[in-house]
Amino acid sequence: MSTKVLAIDDSRTIRNLLRVSLEGAGFEYHSACDGVEGVEQFSEVEPDVVITDINMPNMDGFGVIENLRSGPNRTTVPIIVLTTESGPDLKARAREAGATGWIVKPFDDASLVSVLRRLTGHVV
Amino acid sequence: MSNSSIRDTFFEECEELLEALVEGLAAMEENASDMEVVNAVFRAVHSIKGGAGAFALDRLVNFAHTFETVMDKVRSKQLDVDEQLMMLFHRSGDQLADLVEAARDGREPNAESEAAILKELGAYLDDAENEEELAFDAAPLAFDAAPMAIDLPEAEAEPPGEPEQRRFDIRFRPSPALYANGHEPLLLFDALAELGTLSVIADLSRLPEFDSFDPEDAVIDWRLTLQTSEDETVLHEVFEFVDALCELEIEVSEEPAESLPADLPEPADPIAAAPPPPDPAVPAALTTEPQGPAQKPAKQSPPRDEPRGPRPTLRVDLDRVDRLINTVGELIINQAMISQRIEELELPAVAHLTNELEAYKLLARDIQEGVMAIRAQPVKPLFQRMSRIVREAAEATGKKVKLVTVGDSTEVDKTVIERLADPLTHMVRNAVDHGLERPDKRSELGKDPAGSIRLSASHRSGSVFIEIADDGAGLNRTRILEKAIEKGLVSPEAELSEQEIDNLLFLPGFSTASEVSNLSGRGVGMDVVKNAVAALGGRVSIASTPGMGTTFTIVLPLTLAVMDGFVISIADQTMVIPIASIIETIRPNPRDLHCIGTDGEVISVRGAYVPIVDVARNLGLSGEGADSSGVLLLVSTEGQGLTALRVGAIHDQRQVVIKSLESNYGAIAGVSAATILGDGKIALILDPDELVKLTPAALFLPPAPPPKPELRHA
Repeated sequence: MSTKVLAIDDSRTIRNLLRVSLEGAGFEYHSACDGVEGVEQFSEVEPDVVITDINMPNMDGFGVIENLRSGPNRTTVPIIVLTTESGPDLKARAREAGATGWIVKPFDDASLVSVLRRLTGHVV
Repeated sequence: MSNSSIRDTFFEECEELLEALVEGLAAMEENASDMEVVNAVFRAVHSIKGGAGAFALDRLVNFAHTFETVMDKVRSKQLDVDEQLMMLFHRSGDQLADLVEAARDGREPNAESEAAILKELGAYLDDAENEEELAFDAAPLAFDAAPMAIDLPEAEAEPPGEPEQRRFDIRFRPSPALYANGHEPLLLFDALAELGTLSVIADLSRLPEFDSFDPEDAVIDWRLTLQTSEDETVLHEVFEFVDALCELEIEVSEEPAESLPADLPEPADPIAAAPPPPDPAVPAALTTEPQGPAQKPAKQSPPRDEPRGPRPTLRVDLDRVDRLINTVGELIINQAMISQRIEELELPAVAHLTNELEAYKLLARDIQEGVMAIRAQPVKPLFQRMSRIVREAAEATGKKVKLVTVGDSTEVDKTVIERLADPLTHMVRNAVDHGLERPDKRSELGKDPAGSIRLSASHRSGSVFIEIADDGAGLNRTRILEKAIEKGLVSPEAELSEQEIDNLLFLPGFSTASEVSNLSGRGVGMDVVKNAVAALGGRVSIASTPGMGTTFTIVLPLTLAVMDGFVISIADQTMVIPIASIIETIRPNPRDLHCIGTDGEVISVRGAYVPIVDVARNLGLSGEGADSSGVLLLVSTEGQGLTALRVGAIHDQRQVVIKSLESNYGAIAGVSAATILGDGKIALILDPDELVKLTPAALFLPPAPPPKPELRHA
């Protein structure tokens, strides 16, 4: 069974890019376009790994992480933050919230897949 | 999905984001402290930056970044929005739109205004933030070659050759948070194992007694030995994500690599392989954590990419839609033919057949309307573009202008929207430049120093109405008339009504501004506007009240493909005239007809004299006077106001499919297009405005205007 990814990002472009990269690498791809929908989808899809944007309408990425880590889902699946900012503050905050790792936009396919592989054990 | 189509969707998304940006900025103007609004604006810019980064559009990224940084300061309340900053945001939004467009078309954006705005934005940032910009600038190459994406090395990159092997001793003590954050030590070890030869020993010394076991605690420490040619920094990078979530010591061992004990315990040891499972869902017996409602019984996860979004849409090639529209046109012609054939058969008792036919007619019309709706688009983006025009025009003239848009969800045919952009731009510029008074003058007059321009769109009786109204000084009719006389467009003796004076604006080459301003005076007159609108089958009219303002109204047909027309005969030829242009049909009483001079004839309509135009004569058809006992169609024309067109007879009222004459034959004066009638014959569609102009000795018109300039938008 292939590894299920849930990507949460309000940008259609980014979702498209992720879909192409991840489906190409053999992941089962699911997506949501904001935090609230992401959390909803999480219960439905039961992904093996979550990729989330930070700045989104309705619920931002920190909200998603906090919700998944301490909300009713209370999950330990890896959550990867996808962000354009790479400052140490953001990393610390993401880690504090319970993020597993981060990917800085713009990302390239190889590094994206490599991070996912590292955090999920997915075999390409 | 190919890379280029992702790129296409990126630019499509940019359009939407820019729209949201314009909307958000307008809302900020109302209330800049509404954080929802500020956030939405920030997000729009941020998303454009994010996507642009993926396509290495560095300039766009750089600009969006600066814009976003300033917006972020507003968001974090470090910066208050004043009028000046608001204006800068508007201009930044415009610039961003330019950069997006330039990137899409692969051309160079306007570097000058970009630099100017960047500088102004930079003034709101402190040194550190500006330096960050510089760093951003300096690294554009990194985007192309090796995106600075991830701070991780390529794990599988084995160095070529056989560099020196070293041995690292690693002590790794995870904290409970490491597991809680979704990390899995075994995966870290896998990553290390890819760097060389790894051995793992689990230190179970801290393992508690079973009855004091806390499943969420981290109790296993790890001792790892890695023999690798990689640098120590590479090892640290493997642990990058768990930094601060564990205690980590990495030491280079002085012992030679050969002495590595070969019989170290396998990490497959059951305990070592299974670190304390922190997932409360698994060891149900060991946890008191209540199970949330998270787990749904059924795993319904159909793959869906765009589950929500504004509304699902389908992208269709425009050609396909147009083909469909054409076919539907044929269907309507076909339906007309069948009706006519059945009529010709003169069947007895055909009531139900007529009913069925009527139903067929309605269905065909439904289909046609449905297809038209595919091409219909809201005027909102068009109106939003105007807000930029207003802003720029206001800036150039030093006037204060508020733009109000009404009915921007009104839908209009795509082609109409596209071709309306230029005329509308011109009219809006005119309204700011010529229509509105200067702020000081307005204050003197007791008006709000900020002028207002109202842009509205609506559907009324099968037509689209677009109005551009200003609350300025109104048309200066004395000056317009002087100017027209000066330019020889009208004779000094002519007595013109107010409406006729207003319409002089539409004559080619007319310009009222005594000096050509750098704004409106671009060699484009209202005549071009009028022609562009006429090419769309529409008309422009003016209403102006001194001191109160001027309103231009554009009336357009809902569709360019079909229209309702009267089938009429003119000197025994069958023709069609648009119903929309007809105000009234009159069967004249000879008592009301009066001759003027040798050629002229007028009819008295409720006390007013209306000139009669003989259509057959104006079209140069033989059999002049053949229609003298015919019907009069009262129309309102641009040049001449109310006019009665004399035609032979009215035969039918029906929907006709418009076929371009110009693309199939050539332009004919007084004729706008052609159609195919139910009997399969071709009929010309008349253009009342042009028809009236063909009157040999115009009763009211100034000397024949110069030849029509080429249509810009045809």
